[in-house]
Amino acid sequence: MFGPLTSKSGTSKNNKTGSWRTESRPKFLKTNCIACKMCRIVCPEGCITGTEKNTYDCDYAFCKGCGNCAMICPKQDITMIKEE
Amino acid sequence: MKEFLEGSKAVAEVVGLCKPGVISAYPITPQTHIVEELAQFVADGKLNSQFINVESEHSAASVVLGGVAAGVRSYTATSSQGLFYMAEVIFNIAGMRLPLVLTCANRAISAPINIWNDQQDSVSLRDSGWIQLYAEDIQEAADLHLIGYRITEDKSMMLPVMVCMDGFILTHGIEVVDMPTQEQVDKFLPAYKPLYKLDVENPISMGLLADPDYYTETRYAIHETMKDALKLIPKVTAEFSKVFGRSYNGLLEEYRTKDAERVIVAMGSVCGTIKEVIDELRAKGKKVGLLKISSFRPFPAAKVYEALKDIPKVAILDKSVSLGSYAPLAVEVKASFFGKKKSPKVISSFVAGLGGRDITKDTVKEIYSLLTSKEKACEFIDLKPELLKESYEQ
Repeated sequence: MFGPLTSKSGTSKNNKTGSWRTESRPKFLKTNCIACKMCRIVCPEGCITGTEKNTYDCDYAFCKGCGNCAMICPKQDITMIKEE
Repeated sequence: MKEFLEGSKAVAEVVGLCKPGVISAYPITPQTHIVEELAQFVADGKLNSQFINVESEHSAASVVLGGVAAGVRSYTATSSQGLFYMAEVIFNIAGMRLPLVLTCANRAISAPINIWNDQQDSVSLRDSGWIQLYAEDIQEAADLHLIGYRITEDKSMMLPVMVCMDGFILTHGIEVVDMPTQEQVDKFLPAYKPLYKLDVENPISMGLLADPDYYTETRYAIHETMKDALKLIPKVTAEFSKVFGRSYNGLLEEYRTKDAERVIVAMGSVCGTIKEVIDELRAKGKKVGLLKISSFRPFPAAKVYEALKDIPKVAILDKSVSLGSYAPLAVEVKASFFGKKKSPKVISSFVAGLGGRDITKDTVKEIYSLLTSKEKACEFIDLKPELLKESYEQ
């Protein structure tokens, strides 16, 4: 008998770890964004996507609410709001 | 062909015939001769294998883990502190369901440092998910490596096998051994085909995080597979017998127990000494017998029950102890009668042979004579009371 032993590449997407988020989540205001990509780069989950100005957003299915994106944004265009 | 061989040499020869692609080990007494010999085979070009020198047992175990994970039959050997230094990786190999054979040349555990034989090292790792097979003599030790590879690489099993052979007594003892030929080994042991392997063309991850949603099932699967091993081991030993002509039960062996009134249960080389004593006592009309446990993990509890249920008095001889509780083998044997209709009237537990103290024929006779209607729990045999008078109070 075997249990879960191995995993194919990319399958960590199957585990929706966004439920680990506790206090707050980022809100992408999409008003002053200059598409500098800094939020995308610092996100430890790699769950921020976007290309053009004011298109950046994150996938709450994986976001842990660490706040790194809000901290690094040079335009204060990401704000942390209370998790509901 | 029959040869007069040192135990380590016989094991090394047989492991060589199994053609492991990766061998890694770190020298430790009394295991060293085995891998020394294998390193020589590789250096002489007799064995086409990668012998990887490492700086510790932790690394040796990690190297063979990597070897099997990459889809190659692998081998390592160790003893005592070395096995404990491997412990973390030992659990990983079982948890990742990687088939491996490891020889444990049984030796006592520090402190105080002691290089001589008892079985505390392997017994302490009984919960690691490894199948543990104990050898009585050099022939069995050599044969168990062939049997071990067949069991571990069975597609339903994929659990590592630890072949336990008493240090010095079997590793450095010399006996006549019937050595298999390459043709026989190839007939019995097909080339290793992994269920899954590390492959850059088809990437997978092994041994990854299993959160509370997954972990329990991985442990349960090993537990259930251990139960399946109780059925598989005798099948493999039966096939072994067809090819090599020597038969083992694989789980346990009953020696003159049918009408016995007093039976000793034991594991490893001491069973040979006990059989000699039995023959002597039987010649004098004493009804004594032996139950030799070959497979400590999985533990054949149902077979032990069947073998001992009608025996009036049973003694368990352990060469290890669970300090503060009972002796490990005694616990297993006693548990085999829990909630059952029949049971021996007396089940006594004895500890002997720690740190290489000889278990002589007289020791065995003493155990039979101490097996009276008064039950003994974890009774130390051949204890020297004069050594227990030290005082360190200020």
